[in-house]
Amino acid sequence: MRLERRSTPSRAAILLAPVAAVAGTLLVASLLVAWAGAPVGRAYALLLDGGFGSRFAITETLTRATPLILTGLAAAVAFRARLFNIGAEGQLYLGALAAVAAGGLHGGSGFGAPAWLLFPAMMAAAALAGALLLLGPALMKSRYGVDEVVTTLLLNFIVLLFVGAMLDGPMKDPTAMGWPQSVALQEALHLGKLIERSRVHTGLVGALAAALLLWALLKFTTHGFEIRAVGANARAAAFAGMPVGWVTVKVALLSGALAGLAGAVEVAGRAGYVTLDMSPGYGYSGIVIAMLAALHPLGVVAAAVFVAGILVGADSMSRAVGVPTYIADVIVATALIAMLGAGLFTQYRVRWARAR
Amino acid sequence: MTELLDLLAAAPFWISVLRVATPLILGTLGVLLCERAGVLNLGIEGIMVAGAFAGWLAVYAGASLWGGVAVAALTGALIGLLHGMLTVSLALSQHVAGLGITLLATSLASYAYRVSFPKVDTPPTIEPFAPMAWLPLPVLNAQTPLTLLALLAVPLVGWLLYRTPLGLALRTVGESPAAAEGQGLSVTGLRIGAVMAGSALMGVAGCFLTLAAFNAFFFNMVNGRGWVCVALVVFASWRPGQALLGALLFAFFDALQLRLQQAGSGVLGIELPYQFYLMLPYAMAIVALVVMARRASTPQALMKPYRKGER
Repeated sequence: MRLERRSTPSRAAILLAPVAAVAGTLLVASLLVAWAGAPVGRAYALLLDGGFGSRFAITETLTRATPLILTGLAAAVAFRARLFNIGAEGQLYLGALAAVAAGGLHGGSGFGAPAWLLFPAMMAAAALAGALLLLGPALMKSRYGVDEVVTTLLLNFIVLLFVGAMLDGPMKDPTAMGWPQSVALQEALHLGKLIERSRVHTGLVGALAAALLLWALLKFTTHGFEIRAVGANARAAAFAGMPVGWVTVKVALLSGALAGLAGAVEVAGRAGYVTLDMSPGYGYSGIVIAMLAALHPLGVVAAAVFVAGILVGADSMSRAVGVPTYIADVIVATALIAMLGAGLFTQYRVRWARAR
Repeated sequence: MTELLDLLAAAPFWISVLRVATPLILGTLGVLLCERAGVLNLGIEGIMVAGAFAGWLAVYAGASLWGGVAVAALTGALIGLLHGMLTVSLALSQHVAGLGITLLATSLASYAYRVSFPKVDTPPTIEPFAPMAWLPLPVLNAQTPLTLLALLAVPLVGWLLYRTPLGLALRTVGESPAAAEGQGLSVTGLRIGAVMAGSALMGVAGCFLTLAAFNAFFFNMVNGRGWVCVALVVFASWRPGQALLGALLFAFFDALQLRLQQAGSGVLGIELPYQFYLMLPYAMAIVALVVMARRASTPQALMKPYRKGER
């Protein structure tokens, strides 16, 4: 067996790849559900119903999808330029912390500044925090050739410890009865409800707008062209006169800012304060989402809703039939690997004939 | 300052250094084997979790401790086979495939743990490896046989890489797969074999945590050790001896931060939140990466998939 590059990507394969990947994933998950002793068909029905089957399910899924869209975009834009930003989790937390620092300090009053001034300051602080956190690994990559995967991964651990120290120390909420959580944002800085009687907030609109903007940036602007060129072939891009190092830095700032915003949106749209468990791995799920979407910004929206639906649905399914909630993580990870494998066949065809 | 010197002179400190270093030595050697053959294996974090769980579960189910180690190695090798098929046979992105493997192995281990033990408040325990009290060596006799295994694995991997035809073949596929192909070697076979062997070592590194360092399986118990190993290989310039040195140095700082944390402000006169001490090892790994990155000893074909007949 050998692989042979197709001259043009196969249309049929592009359409079939996600279907095949989802089918393969469902097969693996079925075996695991059966192993846990639950009826497979009923478990899937419950999962689907819990994620998409009712008004409550859909609003919960959209709430969960909001930060996932932003972290998915963060991963998608970085991966487009072959900057493997695995640090979205840390960037999200640092963004959330910066948002609270900018909008909620001085006992939550933000030094008495009006909300119309504080709100943009809060969002800008979050974006800046995320961007600066990724700037280091991006510079280490372009200057010294240090692999950014390892540095961003290690930074995640450092940031989480830093957030923990802040929640124990300077940013601790004194009224939280010793619970490690930050001071709360004032009411005026919270994101408004988008849908009545649900938890969906206006952050969803922001996330969708970010997806549209990023799509337009990549498709219609010189910046976008440079990003795609550097990702496709950095040497050719350099030969064509593109400042590859600078493009990498720009992408890093953009990607980090998106992940930082995910943190701010999550804080301002939901609890209003930072805790150490505010993100159940949104940063890592963002990578899976970006890959499922083939790094397309609008695809990220669909993939984020899909992943959010599985996470929400698995929660309710697991309560009903006693399958561990970790099934959601297994499904998401399997989908990533299946999608990787399936995606290959859009670019390559298999020749079974023996090579001479 | 004298307290610090007292601390460094005490045997318990060095015992904990060697204990902290053990999984790092095994994991770093595992990464080294994979990368010497040209394959980045970011699955290590997940493989360590899976090894920790599978080895522990085998012992819990009645296997001997060494049986548990074998199960952990086998689990690692099997996951390595999957990673090898994805990155070598299918030539997919090594970064993304590795992360996928980590996510999959971690979530599978957590899922399997919850299916096996649906309702437990305190994690079930096993009887772990005992220290080798019969050894006439001061610090080593407080360690378990797995530490000895890790220390012996260093010269063994070095001998394999530099003194055997297999090692030469392995290094060749990592430097120039086309040249290896020209010599009639199977690039695919050698690379997948190296990834499986390296992943087996990662599995054993994981089971050290459940069979020697602790006696139970906890979620998050690997806690970034796998990523640290990936950084240590760069620090070690892809050499087994330096990998040992790197792991020991890293463990030294990890053990030191733990002591400083316990001592509070008593040692250096500075009072810091404990989280800052915990950051130290991760920060050290990043610094090591930057300092050593200028050296041009990276295997030339690392992260470059090989497709026959394609340039």
